[in-house]
Amino acid sequence: MRRNLVTLAALLGAFLFFAILVQRETGEFGFVSGANLELILRQTAIVGTAALGMTLIIAAGGIDLSAGAVIALSTVVIAASLSAGLSPILAVALGVGAGAVAGALNGILVTVLGVVPFIVTLGTMLVVRGVAKGLAHEQKIDAPMTWVNEALAVLKPEHRWMLFPPGVWLTVALAAVVGVVLNSTRFGRHVLAVGSNEAAARLAGVRVGRVKRMVYLLGGVLVGVAGVMQFARLSVGDPTVATGLELEIIAAVVIGGASLAGGEGWVLGSLLGALIMTVIRAGGSQLGWSNWVQEIVTGFIIVTAVAIDRIRHRRAG
Amino acid sequence: MRGITKRFGATEALAAVDLSVLPGEIHALLGQNGAGKSTLMKILSGALAPDAGTIELDGASYRPRDPLEGRRAGVAMIYQELSLAPHLTVAENVFLGVEPTRRGLLDRATMRRRTADVLTELGSADIVPDARVGSLPIAARQIVEIARALAAGCRVLVLDEPTSSLPKPDAERLFATMRRLAAKGEAIVYITHFLEEALAVADRYSVLRDGRLVDAGPTAGVMPETIVTAMVGQPGSEAYPRSPRRAGEALLVIEDLAGMVRPNEATITVHRGEVVGIFGLVGSGRTELLRAIFGLDPVVRGDVQVMGLGDAGPAERWRSGAGMVSEDRKGEGLASGRSVADNLMLSRFGPWVTDRAQRRAVAPVVDELGIRLADPFQPVSQLSGGNQQKVALGRLLHHDVDLLLLDEPTRGIDVASKAAIYRVIDRLVTRAERPCAVLIVGSYLPELLGICDRIVVMARGSLGDPVRAADINERALLMAASGAGAA
Repeated sequence: MRRNLVTLAALLGAFLFFAILVQRETGEFGFVSGANLELILRQTAIVGTAALGMTLIIAAGGIDLSAGAVIALSTVVIAASLSAGLSPILAVALGVGAGAVAGALNGILVTVLGVVPFIVTLGTMLVVRGVAKGLAHEQKIDAPMTWVNEALAVLKPEHRWMLFPPGVWLTVALAAVVGVVLNSTRFGRHVLAVGSNEAAARLAGVRVGRVKRMVYLLGGVLVGVAGVMQFARLSVGDPTVATGLELEIIAAVVIGGASLAGGEGWVLGSLLGALIMTVIRAGGSQLGWSNWVQEIVTGFIIVTAVAIDRIRHRRAG
Repeated sequence: MRGITKRFGATEALAAVDLSVLPGEIHALLGQNGAGKSTLMKILSGALAPDAGTIELDGASYRPRDPLEGRRAGVAMIYQELSLAPHLTVAENVFLGVEPTRRGLLDRATMRRRTADVLTELGSADIVPDARVGSLPIAARQIVEIARALAAGCRVLVLDEPTSSLPKPDAERLFATMRRLAAKGEAIVYITHFLEEALAVADRYSVLRDGRLVDAGPTAGVMPETIVTAMVGQPGSEAYPRSPRRAGEALLVIEDLAGMVRPNEATITVHRGEVVGIFGLVGSGRTELLRAIFGLDPVVRGDVQVMGLGDAGPAERWRSGAGMVSEDRKGEGLASGRSVADNLMLSRFGPWVTDRAQRRAVAPVVDELGIRLADPFQPVSQLSGGNQQKVALGRLLHHDVDLLLLDEPTRGIDVASKAAIYRVIDRLVTRAERPCAVLIVGSYLPELLGICDRIVVMARGSLGDPVRAADINERALLMAASGAGAA
């Protein structure tokens, strides 16, 4: 829990930093406005949702490099389904289902072949990206506008009572569920034990293979949901979208305090980590920083976050 | 070392300890875990700085700021966990960091020759300088580690529990090496839990208790009981508790069991209410036997029935009421990064896990084993070795198993922790309701003879016939284990 407070403090620090700078630059408190907060949350929803699944995978000692490709596949599947005349609810289900299939495949390859997750998901990253491009004939798929597009859109005046778009609320709800699963269920403890010491978990009767397959499956489902949100934002199916996004997702989880060695993961922290990166991007662009400056800053934040964690651990251990 | 004092917060780890080690002597440093042995040696090697006290080396004041400086000054630590690079060769390891070069290139010929020289000096010319360290047995790796210290010109060698994972012949070989070194004028500090060994090998000894030097002197004529008394502080009561036992139904039946490489053949039955010991040297297949029984390694041939259940995986074994403690606490026994509570409960979590429920569930186990901890949610890696081992065994208590498979459950831990483990084993096999069955693997004979009802010898993958512990002695068991005769 204390680890989450550290991430929260970092988030508040980053937010304050940009709030002050933006105020100095423009003379207005634009950064702390409701509209800006909503913008930040909307932009965080995709990475945040995917980071929930990645937290489980990393806590179990794994990694998923295919997440970005799976998001693209999900948007393609949804767009293709909608343009084929399927109902939006079915299209969304198929999009999430595509994520589930990819996650299940990752889990089976990792446990049955015994190949390290880094390599397996490096492979499936290419495979899934290829499938997405093939399905879309290497171009964007247009889809009719439906209620799905409103998931992450700016709220209409008559929906103001929701405060934030439904996609943001969905991310929050999923985070609560995943948080409870990781911290307060037997399955969650098994995930952390497998990540901490796989051999010890096996000796203690944990069905290691089953736990890993479940973790990758859940990770795939959550990435599928992130794909739905990506589609909502683009309103097209784009097989080239979210390239490299898996690294941003992993960075969020790591900033949140998870150990890439496994055995540790913080659901709330991962969300906060995703928020930190959005705050930097939003703040940077409002200050007129170039993209490359934002990238450099984000890179330093990631390394600093992990370095701080190392020092904390050294003191504790 | 004179008047060495070290505090960690409120606790005084060392209180004005004096220790002198002469060139050419083997000095045994004895004491329970937590007595301050490691702290004292860390100060000697430079890993820790003392709060008070002075150290002299060869008459000159010596105050290392880190282990590297200590090593340069001639003090080398040889730890239980070896610090060799397994992928490099013996010669490369011996010269790691101080490689000789010729015109900027590695001078392999010199490395090889000088490594061979040092190894010959150690009486271990059979270790090939070009062999990969990873392919050598543990005993040979220790020799390589010593060779490395010698090649660097070290005058003081500290060996921390060097024989705890060695079978007898290898330990003997190490002792011979130590004697050679002493004869050459090296000073050797030797930390161990094996008192008989210490008395046989060392010239002098020092005993620490609670950070104080409580006894020291030449080893000649000293009885182990004297030292145990010094270590414990009061005359040790009965070391191995043993209540009257009555064997009941069979919980473990294996017949003609064979695994991939080891075991080749194993037949035995273990009943409720008895402790059966397996004695064998490292490599005899005793660990592999337990692993095959518990479903961690495949059973290739033969029949295994555990609590009425045939060949099955570890999850099924736990469910049917059997539990296992691994010999490899770090690698397989515990998830070190996780909390004490998580490790205790790992085999049997309820569907929902809350802090309150965890506190309640682990409290009786912590009490019964006397696990010393600050908080059940602290990482298990923060506990001392003995307490970690109690956690590993505690998992079986929390699970409430009927059959306990214990692989070297007391290796490398302090006397008090051992006593706690013996007490719990005795209670489990003699309790009125569902008395447990215990199958224990060990390599320390007095212990096996003390706690077991029956003992079986394992040699070269085959399990012998069980003998009543009351009817056999150490000599006969050792003979059988080293293949000299059938037990």
